[in-house]
Amino acid sequence: MSAAFDEKVHTTLADANLQLAIYRATERLIDHRKHAVTATALPEYQELRTYANAVKRHTIDHLDHYLEEFEANVTARGGQVVYCQDATEVADFVLGLAKERGAQLIVKSKSMTTEEIDLNERLEHHNLESVETDLGEYILQLAHQRPYHIVAPALHLTRYDVGDLFARTLGVANETVVEKQTLIARAVLRQKFLAADIGISGANFLIADSGAVTIVENEGNARLTTSAPKIHIAVAGIEKLIPRAQDLAVFLKLLGRSATGQALTVYTSFLSGPRRAGEIDGPEEFYVVLLDNGRTKLLADKGKRESLYCIRCGACLNHCPVYRKIGGHSFPWVYSGPIGAIITPQFLGIEHEPSLPFASSLCGACAEVCPVKIDIPKILLELRTEVKQAEERGGTNRVERLAFKIFAWVMCHPRIYELAGLMAAGVAPSKNGKWLRKAPPAMNLAPVRAWLSQRDLPPAPAKSFRELWRKR
Amino acid sequence: MAQRVSIFVTCIVDQLFPKVGLAMADVLERLGYRVDFPEDQTCCGQPAFNTGYRREACQVARHFLKVFRDAEYVVVPSGSCTSMIAHHFHELFPDDSEMQRAAGALSPRVWEFSKFVLEVAGAEDVGARLNDVVTYHDSCHALREFGIKDGPRRLLANVRGLELREMDTAEECCGFGGTFSVKLPEISGGMARTKIDSIVRTGAKTVVSLDSSCLMQIQGALSRAALPVRTMHLAEVLASR
Repeated sequence: MSAAFDEKVHTTLADANLQLAIYRATERLIDHRKHAVTATALPEYQELRTYANAVKRHTIDHLDHYLEEFEANVTARGGQVVYCQDATEVADFVLGLAKERGAQLIVKSKSMTTEEIDLNERLEHHNLESVETDLGEYILQLAHQRPYHIVAPALHLTRYDVGDLFARTLGVANETVVEKQTLIARAVLRQKFLAADIGISGANFLIADSGAVTIVENEGNARLTTSAPKIHIAVAGIEKLIPRAQDLAVFLKLLGRSATGQALTVYTSFLSGPRRAGEIDGPEEFYVVLLDNGRTKLLADKGKRESLYCIRCGACLNHCPVYRKIGGHSFPWVYSGPIGAIITPQFLGIEHEPSLPFASSLCGACAEVCPVKIDIPKILLELRTEVKQAEERGGTNRVERLAFKIFAWVMCHPRIYELAGLMAAGVAPSKNGKWLRKAPPAMNLAPVRAWLSQRDLPPAPAKSFRELWRKR
Repeated sequence: MAQRVSIFVTCIVDQLFPKVGLAMADVLERLGYRVDFPEDQTCCGQPAFNTGYRREACQVARHFLKVFRDAEYVVVPSGSCTSMIAHHFHELFPDDSEMQRAAGALSPRVWEFSKFVLEVAGAEDVGARLNDVVTYHDSCHALREFGIKDGPRRLLANVRGLELREMDTAEECCGFGGTFSVKLPEISGGMARTKIDSIVRTGAKTVVSLDSSCLMQIQGALSRAALPVRTMHLAEVLASR
C-alpha cells in the first residue's frame, strides 16, 4: 500500500466522530434504497436491472454509432457538440468561449465529470470565478475539499462543521440549524445565478435519438444553472449515452431509488438545444462537451468495459463495508468506493495506486445493489491479476511472488502439504485450545504479525483432519 | 447400496478446524451417505486466485480437478471454496478446452454443505439437539454467489433446544476476505469489530456460519475483545446431539 493511502485509512479509522458520520449517512441511504426496491414497492426491480444492463451493454458496444446520432440531433436543434480528450481541452474550450463572450462569472451544478478534471481550479487559475451551486458542493468549495461521495459530496461533514465553515468563510453568524444554513447559502447563490454569464452542468444521460441532456437533482440549482445564464455548457463522459428517450423510463426508475430511495428526484430536466424563437426562457447558446479522459481505452477492453455502464448512483459506496470504514477521501481520485476502485486504475493507469484493487474483501455487496449489474468483484480480480503481471515484469514484490509459487507447488503435492502442515503445527503448539495473542517465535512473519495486529490467532489443533480421518 | 459423497474439507478445516470436517462427515453419514475423503486433496487455489496469481491458482485447480475427477458429489463446508470451484475454475483455463470441460463437468456436482443437505439429501431436520442461543452470520459468497439465505436458518430452526436471534448486520461482511485480512489489516479488523458489536447486541452465546474462514476472523476478534461468545460451523451444530 502507498504511504498516503495507509495514512488516510489510519486517520479515518481513528476518528470516532467521522466514523459515526459515515456510518449514519450510509445507513440512511441503505435504508431508503431498501424500502424503494422491495417486491411491493417495485416488483419489476430485477427485470429493470437486467434491461438497464442490456441497454448499456448495447450502447457501449455501439458507442461510435450513438455518438454520431447524438451529435447530429444536438446540431439539428441548434446546439453544438465539442469533443475533448482530457482536462486541458475542456478548460481551453471554456476559457476560449468565456474570453470571446466577455464572461466573468460561471455557476456550476453538481458534476463528478468536472470534478474528475479539476475544472474549477483550472478556471480560477485564469481568474474566472466558478461557483458551485449544489449545497453540498458549495460547502466543499468553501472548504477546499473534494467530494466525499458521488451522490452526497459533503456526507462526512456535520451541521456543526458547516456552521463553523460558513462563519469563517462568509462572515456570517455561526448557525447550526440546517434550514438556516440553507438560507445563508441560498442568499449568496441567488445573486450568483442572476449575475452569471455561463452555466456549467454535468449530465446524467445523453439521449441519442433526441439530442437531449437529462439531469436529475433535488435542489433546483441545476435547472437554474442551465436556464438562467445566456450560455449553457453540459460536460459529460462519452459513456453517458443511451439510445432512446423511452429508455429513460427504466433508468430514471433505477437511478433515484438506488441513490437515495426516491421514486423520482425532485427535478428531472430534459434539455435539448438553446432557446428557440417564441420561447420565453432557456440559454441562447447550448454546448455539450463530450469527454474521453481515458474512457476509449476501456472501450477496447472487452473484459472490463462494463465499468462504463455506471450511472453514478453511489449505491455501491453506501453498501461497501470498506467504504464505510475508510470513507471517500482515502481513495486516490474523485471516484471512491467500489466503482472508484475499478475505474481509477482503468482511467489513470494501474500504476497510479496499484493497491486499490486489493482494498476489498470481495464480499460482493456492490454488485448485488448495482442497478446496471456491473460485476465489480470480477473486475477487481482482473485488475489484481494485471497488477501482479506488472510486478512480475518490473521485478518487484519478489517475496510474495515466491511465496505463492511455493504455495502452488505445495498444494499440488499432497505429501509435502501434509508435512508442511505438521511442521507448522509443531512450531505453533496449541495451549489448551486457547487463541494466541502473540506469534510463536518461529512464526513471526509479516502476514502473521498483520493478522495479530487486529485479532487473535487460532491455535493449531493436535491433529489435522486427515490424521483424525485415518484413525476414525 | 448407500450413495457415495466425496468431501472436500478445505485446507483451513484440514489444518486448523478438523472438528468441522468430522462433524460434516457425521451428518452426511446420518443422512445415509457413504463418505469418501480423497486423501490427495489440498486446497481449491482461491488464495492465489484472489491475490491475482492466476497461474498459481491454475496449477492448484488442475490438481483439484484430477483428485475429484470421479466424484459423484463433492460436498464442501464452505460457500467461498464452493464458489471458487463451481464458478471460477472454468475462467482459469481460457486456452485449454480439455480443462475447461473438466471444470464444467465438475461444477454441477460441487455442493456447499447446507445446500446439499437441503436440496440433495432433502433433509430439513437432521435430528440435532443443541441447547444454545445462536446468531447466524451470512457468509458473503454463500449468500451472494449461491443465494443461500433461508436454508441454513431452516436447518437451525429444526435443531431442538436452539434459539436463533438475528443480528442487525447478518449480511454484512466480517472483513476476512482472504489475503485482504493481512494486506489491509486495519480495515479488516475494523469490519470485524463492527460485526462483533452486532453479534453482542443479540445476546447470543454462539455465532454460526457456513465458512470456517469467516468464523476464524470473527472468533479472532471476539477473543481479542475477551468476549464470551463462541463460534460454530453449521456442520458442528447439526452434528450435535
